[in-house]
Amino acid sequence: MTELLKIDGLTKAYPGVVANDGVGFSVRPGEVHALLGENGAGKSTLVKMIYGLVKPDSGTMHFAGQSFAPADPRAARAAGVAMVFQHFSLFEALNVAENVALGMENPPPMRQLAKRIREISTAYGLPLDPARLVGDLSAGERQRVEIVRCLLQDPKLLIMDEPTSVLTPQEVEILFHTLRKLSAEGTAILYISHKLEEIRTLCEGATILRAGKVVASCNPREKTARELAELMVGAELKVTDRAERKLGDVVLKVSGLSLAPLSQFGPSLKDLSLELRAGEVLGIGGVAGNGQEELLATLSGERPSALGTVSLMGEDISGLGPNPRRAKGLLAAPEERLGHAAVPAMSLTENAILTGTMRKPLTRNGFVDQGAAKTFADEIIQAFDVRTPGSHVAARALSGGNLQKYVIGREVLQNPAVLVVNQPTWGVDAAAAASIRQALLDLAAKGAAVIAISQDLDELMEISDRFSALNEGRLSASRPTQGLTIEEIGMMLGGAHGMQEAAV
Amino acid sequence: MIVGGIDIITLTATLMGASTPVLLAATGELVAEKSGVLNLGVEGMMIMGAVAGFAAAVATGSPVLGFLMGAIAGALLATLFAFLTQKLLSNQVATGLALTLFGLGLSALIGKGYEGVRPPPTAKIDFGPLSDIPVLGRILFSHDWIVYLSLILVAVVWYVLRSTRAGLILRAVGESHDAAHALGYRVVAVRFAALAFGGALAGLGGAYLSLVRVPQWTEGMTAGAGWIALAIVVFASWRPWRVLLGAYLFGGITALQLQLQAAGYAIPVHILSMAPYVITIVVLVILSAIHRHGVQAAPASLGKSFHASS
Repeated sequence: MTELLKIDGLTKAYPGVVANDGVGFSVRPGEVHALLGENGAGKSTLVKMIYGLVKPDSGTMHFAGQSFAPADPRAARAAGVAMVFQHFSLFEALNVAENVALGMENPPPMRQLAKRIREISTAYGLPLDPARLVGDLSAGERQRVEIVRCLLQDPKLLIMDEPTSVLTPQEVEILFHTLRKLSAEGTAILYISHKLEEIRTLCEGATILRAGKVVASCNPREKTARELAELMVGAELKVTDRAERKLGDVVLKVSGLSLAPLSQFGPSLKDLSLELRAGEVLGIGGVAGNGQEELLATLSGERPSALGTVSLMGEDISGLGPNPRRAKGLLAAPEERLGHAAVPAMSLTENAILTGTMRKPLTRNGFVDQGAAKTFADEIIQAFDVRTPGSHVAARALSGGNLQKYVIGREVLQNPAVLVVNQPTWGVDAAAAASIRQALLDLAAKGAAVIAISQDLDELMEISDRFSALNEGRLSASRPTQGLTIEEIGMMLGGAHGMQEAAV
Repeated sequence: MIVGGIDIITLTATLMGASTPVLLAATGELVAEKSGVLNLGVEGMMIMGAVAGFAAAVATGSPVLGFLMGAIAGALLATLFAFLTQKLLSNQVATGLALTLFGLGLSALIGKGYEGVRPPPTAKIDFGPLSDIPVLGRILFSHDWIVYLSLILVAVVWYVLRSTRAGLILRAVGESHDAAHALGYRVVAVRFAALAFGGALAGLGGAYLSLVRVPQWTEGMTAGAGWIALAIVVFASWRPWRVLLGAYLFGGITALQLQLQAAGYAIPVHILSMAPYVITIVVLVILSAIHRHGVQAAPASLGKSFHASS
């Protein structure tokens, strides 16, 4: 069979980093091809070049037998390339049909378009109401909008950038049905992910990138997930060491907690209750946008809740702000590293002062003790292996993974009684993620209680003792992680959010 | 029809003219803000339009050329703003404020020689027998062409934003410039066009002030109309018909308070002069507060700088 897409020696350099270095691979019509690699391996740059968002410095692309050098996404779409973005390219204040129309070259009149959206979305098991505002849709439904937008253009090649990171396991299953159906109809799919089991079930070919270079091409079904992971990382993986822990008394108790939405399209928290014992790790899973940020904000004290809803070691702290809570031993590390957990333009030392003054002696008579602050920052850098020239460097100069290690380390080293983290390893490479998880486990082993909010179910299964699901602002009753199956978790996460399987 | 010393028909008829400068400026600013750019230089663009239009009309004797020149002057100033904020990524708020100060100063300089000059008159459109209809004729068919143009522009802007592809792209750019860029739309080009359109309408509104409303040139004659236009856009929740409502409310109360002064009511003149500003803002604040819950009115990218980094 001839190749649909053939790429040779594609190179793209940014100041200071070669994102792609002589990358070459090919995709046949109807093939589901995986592009594997860690964050920063160059996957996104590569597909942006195929989609015409980035121009390569050198190298050639051929699409359907012809030389292919799209000047912009329109040219790529015209040739038959469609892309579903990792961070959705959707407009919240516009409705579904308008969003679809924006991604098309020559959209039909709105009424006809709405009809076609209904047809296509039902045919592929992705029901959508064209008149609804995208801002009111769940993450899974938003992704359907993106996919339907692509399908309406009869693409020959569909690029999917990390499509499952926002889906429940059931939704993933339905997505895979849709993709298999497309593949059977002859559409090639370029599938970017770092979820190896998914790739092993879905893909027939894989190209593995590391530091901008192709390090291997293989059939993922013939490899184990571990082998694939080691090809991605280029080293053997450490397994997290999960020591037996003794559970102590209840340290944090939340009952009947409700909170209004933080943002216009955000969810509200509805009647949350949980109990957390010393030495315990509670994993809270859920698809993004179901109340994770809100939960962290209310536990950290950024958004105090009604009196009597949150108590720490028997004391009602519901009305307290972040600093009094820190003083009592409740610390938090929010998801957004730059701008929420750390101030981008301030140095690491200054960022250490921001959360550290309550529990560390970083001030003297109301003045900042620069020496002590620097010592604390250096201690974090040392203990958490943060790669940086020093504590004087601005937070924004650090890579995502390094800053994440710093942010987590800053809280861990303050010896919290309770630590709440949201997405502790989001966008962090495998080695750094493993060390962050280990740090959280070590902290629990020392007797602290940890709440880990994450969308990465494997991560939660790895570190937590109990698992709860957050779905549309409601928290499920917790269940011990041991013996919990992925199907059960999926049901806890709200199942398939009203999706149906594609009529095959 | 005279109620309490106020002639209601005359009042309604003057209302439309009095509202036109603010209506034009607010409609233009609505388009600019829908594209995601906050241009606080409306006052500056209006007064530049006022002086340039006045000068051109006096020099050529043609008010039409005057209006055209006013629009061009406003658009030029807006393009300068677009270059600074979209190409050089300067802060939109600071640049807008500077634009107003710049416009006020430059217009005063240019206008020095025109003080006390009378501009060529702008004729009212002759609707023939239509304007003889009692009540309605006076109210609807006794105006100059700019008044009707401003109403048509509101309708056109409403239709284009709601129902055309160009309008959809403009709204998309204002909602999320990153997403629009990812889909291959030229964010900066769209914003340049929207800003230039907004500037042209502000300039036209200014020219209407100096050529028809007053009609003469005085320094600082816009007297805050540009700021009211900005406030109207916000409190009208970025909707064209509400902009029309806000502008006519402002114009109406302006006309009313002048008549109240003339009718000799014992209300302090300062309170009367203040009334249009206060009442317009209060009414629009109430309107936007009882706005349908859950729908965000402001374009999500409003005031944010866009830089195509990836």
